[in-house]
Order: sequence, then C-alpha cells, then structure tokens
Amino acid sequence: MDFDWSVIVGALPALLQGARLTVLITIAGLIGGTLLGVLFGLMRAYGKGVVSSIGFAYVGLVRGTPIVVQVMFIYFALPGLLGVRVDPMTAAIVSIVVNSGAYIAEIVRGAFLSVPKGLSEAGLAMGLPRWRVLSFVVGPVAFRRMTPALGNQFIVSLKDTSLFIVIGVGELTRQGQEIMAANFRAIEIWTAVAVIYLMLIGLLTMALRTVERRMRIL
Amino acid sequence: MNIVEFKSVEKRFGDNVVLDRVNLEIAQGQVVVLIGPSGSGKSTLLRCINALDQIDGGELIVGGLSVRGGNAVTREIRQEAGMVFQQFNLFPQMTALENVAFGPRQVRGASRAEAHALARELLAKVGLAERGDHYPNQLSGGQQQRVAIARALAVKPKLMLFDEPTSALDPELRQEVLRVMQALAEEGMTMVVVTHEMQFARKVGTRLIFMEHGHITVDGPPAELLDHPPNQRLRDFLQHVE
Repeated sequence: MDFDWSVIVGALPALLQGARLTVLITIAGLIGGTLLGVLFGLMRAYGKGVVSSIGFAYVGLVRGTPIVVQVMFIYFALPGLLGVRVDPMTAAIVSIVVNSGAYIAEIVRGAFLSVPKGLSEAGLAMGLPRWRVLSFVVGPVAFRRMTPALGNQFIVSLKDTSLFIVIGVGELTRQGQEIMAANFRAIEIWTAVAVIYLMLIGLLTMALRTVERRMRIL
Repeated sequence: MNIVEFKSVEKRFGDNVVLDRVNLEIAQGQVVVLIGPSGSGKSTLLRCINALDQIDGGELIVGGLSVRGGNAVTREIRQEAGMVFQQFNLFPQMTALENVAFGPRQVRGASRAEAHALARELLAKVGLAERGDHYPNQLSGGQQQRVAIARALAVKPKLMLFDEPTSALDPELRQEVLRVMQALAEEGMTMVVVTHEMQFARKVGTRLIFMEHGHITVDGPPAELLDHPPNQRLRDFLQHVE
C-alpha cells in the first residue's frame, strides 16, 4: 500500500476551500445558535405558562429528531411549506442555528438555575428590576459555569457541518468526497480531511482553554 | 412616624400558615430585635417587609408604600429597605469595592467615580478600607458580612433588615459584624434584626419581639423582657439560646 503525498498536495487547495466554508458555517451558525439558546434557555428557566412551553416544545422538537432530518426538512420541505427557496448555504447555517440553539438553551438554563438563589435575592433586594439582576448579577456567574459545556457544543456543531454533504454545500467533507470520487485515493483524501478537522478543533479547544484560564469559575 | 406597618398580615406556604394576622408598627429610629424558635415566622416577617416574600392577606405599608403596589413600587420599597443576609450573598465576580459600588450605579444612577468614592467611604466605615480590591472568596466570613452591610448601605436606605447576620459566622468573627451594626444603630438607623445574639438585643435593641407559630407573643423593652420574661415559653427559649 502506498501513501502518495502528491495526491494530498494536489487536493489541498480544494480542501482548504472547503475548510473555509466549514469555518464560516460554524461561526455564523454558532453566533445565531448562542443568541437563540440564550433566549430560549431564559424562557425555559424563568418563563411561566406559554413562554416556558414554547421553549420546551422547541428543545423537544430539535432533540427528538436527527440533525440530518432537520437539514433535509429545512432544505427540501420548508420551501414547499412556505413557498420560499433557500440556497444550500443558508439552509446549512439555519440548521446549525436551530440545532445548536436547542442544546445551548439547555446549557444556559442549567447554568442560570445553578447560580445560588441568594445572589439574585441580593440583587432584587437592592431594588433592581429582574432583567438587570439576570444581566449583571446572575449572568456573569452563569456564563463562567457554562463555558465547559458550551465548548463541547461548539465542537459538536463544527463536526455537524460535515452533514451538509447531503444538501450539496461544498464544505470540507463534501470537497473530500468529490475529489475522492474523481481519483479514488480514499486513504490520502480522508486522512487529509480528518487532519484538517483535527486542526480546526484543536484551534477551537485552545481558544476555549484560554477563555477558561482567564476567568475563575465561580 | 411609622416606617413599617403590618395590618393583619397573612403569609402561607401551601397549607402552612407562617404569619397569622400579624399586626406590628415600627417607628423611625427603632432597633427591633426579632427572636423566636425556628419556623416561628421571624425570617418570613423580615422578608415580607421588602417583598422578597409576597404577603397573602392583610396590608403591609413600608415607607408609605404598599408592598402590593406592583413592580415599580416594590423596587422603590427595596431601595428604602436594605437587606443583609445570613449567607452574605456577595457577588463573587466583583471585588469588595465593586460589590458596594454596584447598587449606587445600577439603582441610583450614580457615575462610576461617584459610586466608587461612596463605596470607599462605606468600606472605611465598616473597617475594610484596605480590602476594596479583594474578591469575596479572599475575605473571611466576618469581612464578607461587613462588605454586605456596606453594599446595602450604599443604596442609601431608610431602614435596614438583617436576617441572622451572624449565624453563619464563627463565634470569634461575630463581634466585628455586631460592632458595625451597633455603630449603625447609634447613628439612628431604623433596624429590624433577626438574631440569636441576646447581648446585642440587650445592648443595642430598643425593642424585643418574640414570635411563635406566626404570632407576635411578646413585644417590649429588651432588658426588661430578658431579665423578667413574662411567659414560660420565652423563658424556655432564652435558656436554649444562652
């Protein structure tokens, strides 16, 4: 069995092109997912009645279906339902937003509820409105507590982008698949793809570790 | 002038009646010491004053405002009634100085410079001028509680509520907190203190209230009541505490 380095060299520009898309989808998806997660997490943690139920339904729907089905639904079924066409890239980003949002909502909920009740009482007892107590007293403590779990979810979401192969987004896995289909060099191509993922996640892990080291978890 | 007025106040947790038609008037400048067995309703009574616990019946007026007046009124009452907790509840992500400056900035709209100047002044007052840059977990329990008192004072309340402020402290750390509270009382601050510190009640209190099963059963001058308890249950209680 021979490992031909020149295959990798030849494939590298296209793979890096794919990696760029992977990073782009991940960043856009996680920014949206974090915002959505904070919103729904707080709705779940502090909302009453309908508000909490909406959060519960969203999390249940996303956690209860495989992400591939969600992607297919957003790309193929939603246009039929709403009469709007979405391009694969938009569908990919929306999928990560919706999917990671649900998991992040649970992370946010857990972190906020883990903060001792006495802290929010101390804030309320000063005459602060609840939203200020959540933003300036509970939030900063909760955020520190959620970083490890949040980092985990960021890594999972980055890897989930490889599923967009099914809707033809030219991200890293799709690029590898296409090159492989043309030259049949499975060993070289999938090794290269795997190593690029490893490096991306290594980078992300280092960034997360820096964030965690800079602040004490309280 | 009465700063707090309980009129037939009721408070229930489920089927458990914690305050049973309590009537109580607290005048400006009084230092009221609340004692009673656990579960008698003394902490709940305190927490109803600043609406951390909602009352279920009757009327409760604090500084001329009803605790049932809605969110905006509740916030106003809380700014007038500072609270000190058994567990200190300092904000762990902030230094001592930031903890004290937080209220003035967030509630009173003070500038950063104003808030920090006030915070330094108050930290000096509780004997912690040198500890402003320390985080709560770098302070002893007694120091944390003194920062918590400064934090409550920073909002400029007319009334201070203390919920067992020394119960979580080692005996040798209690005095430093009690001394700060005594100084505050001597300045004329109206105070309601739930505590088991009978020496403090005798020395600093102007009024002693004994609670049982959601009722106020004894109410009078501390020294007199401590020396000559008017009923057997207070006598028994005092023996357990001392």
